[in-house]
Amino acid sequence: MQAKEFKVKWGMAIDIDKCTGCGACMVACQAENNLSPIEDASNKIKVMNWLVVYELSNKKPFPEHDVAYLPRPCQQCGTPPCVSVCPVIATDKNEEGGIVSQIYPRCIGCRYCMAACPYHARYFNWLDPVWPEGMEKALTPDVSVRPRGVVEKCSFCHHRFMMAKDKAIVEGRDPEALADGEYVTSCTEACPNGAIVFGDLNNPDHQVYELARSKYASRLLERLHADTQVYYISRREWVRRQLDNYLDNEKVKG
Amino acid sequence: MEKNYSLPADHDLFPEGAQRCSLMKFTVWMGLVGVVAVWGLYAAYKVLSTGLGVTALDDYFGFGLWITFDLAVIALGAGAFFTGLLRYILNIDPLKNIINLTVIVGFICYSGAMLILVLDVGQPVRAWFGYWHANVHSMLTEVIFCITCYLIVLIIEYVPLILEQKQLNRIPLLHHIAHNLHVMMPLFAGVGAFLSTFHQGSLGGMYGVLFARPYVFRDGFFVWPWTFFLFVISAVGSGPVFTVLIATLMEKMTGKKLVSWDIKSLMGKIAGSMLFVYLIFKFMDTYGWIAHILPNAGLTYDQNFYGNIYGQWLLWAELGVCGVLPCIILLVPSLRNNPALFYSAAILDCIGVTINRYVFTVQALAMPVMPFDTWETYAPNWAEWGSSALVVAYGAIVLSLSYRYLPVFPQEKKLNATKA
Ligand code: SF4
Repeated sequence: MQAKEFKVKWGMAIDIDKCTGCGACMVACQAENNLSPIEDASNKIKVMNWLVVYELSNKKPFPEHDVAYLPRPCQQCGTPPCVSVCPVIATDKNEEGGIVSQIYPRCIGCRYCMAACPYHARYFNWLDPVWPEGMEKALTPDVSVRPRGVVEKCSFCHHRFMMAKDKAIVEGRDPEALADGEYVTSCTEACPNGAIVFGDLNNPDHQVYELARSKYASRLLERLHADTQVYYISRREWVRRQLDNYLDNEKVKG
Repeated sequence: MEKNYSLPADHDLFPEGAQRCSLMKFTVWMGLVGVVAVWGLYAAYKVLSTGLGVTALDDYFGFGLWITFDLAVIALGAGAFFTGLLRYILNIDPLKNIINLTVIVGFICYSGAMLILVLDVGQPVRAWFGYWHANVHSMLTEVIFCITCYLIVLIIEYVPLILEQKQLNRIPLLHHIAHNLHVMMPLFAGVGAFLSTFHQGSLGGMYGVLFARPYVFRDGFFVWPWTFFLFVISAVGSGPVFTVLIATLMEKMTGKKLVSWDIKSLMGKIAGSMLFVYLIFKFMDTYGWIAHILPNAGLTYDQNFYGNIYGQWLLWAELGVCGVLPCIILLVPSLRNNPALFYSAAILDCIGVTINRYVFTVQALAMPVMPFDTWETYAPNWAEWGSSALVVAYGAIVLSLSYRYLPVFPQEKKLNATKA
């Protein structure tokens, strides 16, 4: 399968060595995208989080023990396993920028896309969303709330992209040539350590361009050829090994 | 005519010359099945009214018992299309003695699967989007279209049988319709076989195209992954004996002989032959998976199994105990003609195909693909069991009514003549 190419390709470079696992990105994402709280949040596999911070361990005893934190938004795959399987084209990768869309009013809730995504980046609305009283004041007006029975996922805060484009158009600039930092996701903005860098992977003027090409950068499950648009950076070899299924005898790059 | 009060009250509706139990007994039986059905209806109501959160499905296991159940009953219901193909297209005449039952079982399996799908989609009201906004690249689209069309064919095949009910058949118009539909049956059998082959295949293809799930991903021919063909052949390798098992269960319950042994044995031979072909491909496939697909994904064979619940025993049970063993029994005439061995083989064969559908659905999702991810376990809860039981109860009701009032078994009169 050939990855679809776009003039502008929004992507992320996440420096795992800078991530402390504080979870600010998760909270920011939750608030920005109107993720409804669920009654029993202890059920981690029914709870709504578009972005999850995984804890990685080198599994060695102290004092060699080491951990790392890996924030995982939707990887916005170049050849998204989720898109081709959807029977109703509720998800697609066609807009300039290469963000995988999810159309909630189109989704029939068959969850085939969830079976296809190896990153567990897709979430299903198992129950009706219940908004605690007063919370409606804190909802983001540009993001739709989702009903029960549909699949949802991280959209790289697509509404922010729309706003940045609108602003550029109003100011008479090319909306396809946004400057670095003009459009960033809420997790990028919230990260206190600057671990997440967001921008156009095809534009050398964007910081993410260099980072994604660094010798320490690699992508999750690269060998499955989903061609993701999220890059992880770590100077620790054991961390890079955990980004893909390396057999013992295989060397990791970097 | 004098009224014969020793006959059941509804005896006028029975097929010509057939004996049936008393209406009282029948009502008690239907009542028992009805209790299960009511429980299932309650589960279905809960699912539809409160959402899929009442099930044990979660973000790991978007597919669970229901999809396994659907795939299993559809595979087992394959007796219908395959027997139809053999009977009408290849002219294997003796199969006319069991074809009615295969049609009914097929109808139950497919309509039941549809019922479950209505519960399984998060937005049942939007289910028609599958036809309207069809994505031609999705295997599921093919499944949606083919299952619908094939269910229609099954209904068309079922209708003449209903019209042949003794009283209905007295009405000239209905009699003619039934007759003409019969004449056209080879056409429908052909269409049904075509449609059914494709969607059985697409059900397998659904998994084979998941290139990010090495447990089920398979390369293949053109647009079809390997699993497309494996699913078709495994279905025809088990569907025929499933029909025989149903017939035998009905015999045990009614105390009558319904299908002669030579027909059962023939069905067993057909299933055994198909199972043999399947196993050849399945072993090749398993080898290719271990030697090619897994290393390409950076995985070792052992990484695909976990504890008891997702242990290797499933693979060995599927291929050995429920694959090779029944295949041998069904193919060797002396073994096949021993009823105890024959029925055991038939049961194992059906269990084998069910395990296959289970691991493709559940184990594939349970297995961590990201190295730092963990195995998750899944056990269906009452809401899923309940609605699946609803389908079984629904099947029992349709079968019981059909048996009591429709001429399902052409051999019944002859086989029970001495007894009477
Ligand atoms: S990470 Fe998952 S949801 Fe996101 S594009 Fe890839 S397959 Fe689709």
